Amino acid sequence: MKNKMITAEEAAKLVKDGSVVMIGGFMSIGTPEILMDALIADDTKDLTVIANDAGTQTTGIGKLVAEKRVKKLIASHIGLNPEMGRQMSAGEAEVELVPQGSLAEMIRAGGAGLGGVLTPTGLGTDVANGKQTVVVDGKEFLLERALRADVALIRGSIVDKAGNVFYNATTRNFNPMMATAADVVIVAAEKIVEVGEIDPNYVMTPYIFVDYIVGGER
Amino acid sequence: MASAKEIIAYRVAQELHDGDVVNLGIGLPTLVANYLPEGVHITLQSENGIIGMGPLSEPGKEDKDLINAGNQNVTVLPGAVFFDSATSFGIIRGGHVDLTVLGALQVDETGSLASHIVPGKMVPGMGGAMDLVVGAKKVIIGMVHSAKGEPKLLKKITLPATAINRVHMIVTELCVIEVTEKGFLLKEIAEGTTVEEIQSQTGAQLIIADDLKTMPSL
Repeated sequence: MKNKMITAEEAAKLVKDGSVVMIGGFMSIGTPEILMDALIADDTKDLTVIANDAGTQTTGIGKLVAEKRVKKLIASHIGLNPEMGRQMSAGEAEVELVPQGSLAEMIRAGGAGLGGVLTPTGLGTDVANGKQTVVVDGKEFLLERALRADVALIRGSIVDKAGNVFYNATTRNFNPMMATAADVVIVAAEKIVEVGEIDPNYVMTPYIFVDYIVGGER
Repeated sequence: MASAKEIIAYRVAQELHDGDVVNLGIGLPTLVANYLPEGVHITLQSENGIIGMGPLSEPGKEDKDLINAGNQNVTVLPGAVFFDSATSFGIIRGGHVDLTVLGALQVDETGSLASHIVPGKMVPGMGGAMDLVVGAKKVIIGMVHSAKGEPKLLKKITLPATAINRVHMIVTELCVIEVTEKGFLLKEIAEGTTVEEIQSQTGAQLIIADDLKTMPSL
């Protein structure tokens, strides 16, 4: 079995300047904080981040935003992080807003070999600008393209050494989809256990999706 | 004396039926759960991945992995379920949520609403709101009737649309309005106000119900 265990510093080196990075979490719950800290320490910059939100001013993706490492954010809202709004208004960073349910499906599609999804969400709004609509059985849908990333940074509550992941409570959110939709998937684990210790029924992300494991997540 | 928010939350709660699956938006709508009629038990869905959400956590008893969509620490009831964001919005878009209650900046007589952005001023993003109003079987807007004298109930929304033709009912501190094919149907007015007063604070023509009632209040 390949040893997937690496340090946070080594994980940060796998994210290059200008990379497209998916980051799990919902208002920072389920966001791998140690990997945020490692990216800041490694001076990684010009990132395009795909995530539900911009975290808060002091947590999650908000740490990267505060250090101006995010060139573009694709997210469903930035309301809890006024600094992201300020950078957007000042033209210092770009923000593309996507409905939350569409974002989840676009990422899922990216990991599932689909070209995109057809959704009624956003029809007749600015979200539909420049996008194709498709009529199926007389009903109109918006075509939202699949999303993929260079690297996905996710957070697992319990991870075995093969990379099987269990997410506790509401930390799951975008993590399972992101684990499928990037070329390199790094999970920050709150607790690491031996292979076989997680009942197969409770594995939420199968180990084949995970490339690297970092311990020490809080 | 009850506040406007309490009056609205109380009245919206009377629309809930035993067994309903309900998603309550952030802010005022959250208060609705405090006023459920006797014998009415509902299932609360939270779009970050909960069915069976309970009350807010008691101070000191918070679970760091468990929040609602408004980033508050919450509890779950026996039988509750956690899931990822794709499943959560599948539940929402797939018509498995009976009712959603949301706030809004503007609603018009065709049932279109604006709730997520004020260009140049407020850019939080739509979060899950676009999916919720498209997917829930019934959409109730709970909001104060006007904003510092500026009508929020209009002939046509002027802010960017969150969804088109999706609002079924509007509850304000002054009245209850049903959105019909002909426009705003005034069904109930609060004690101490008049149809004329409500019309003067409304930016579209009200149709007065034949059986206009007094709005039940706390």
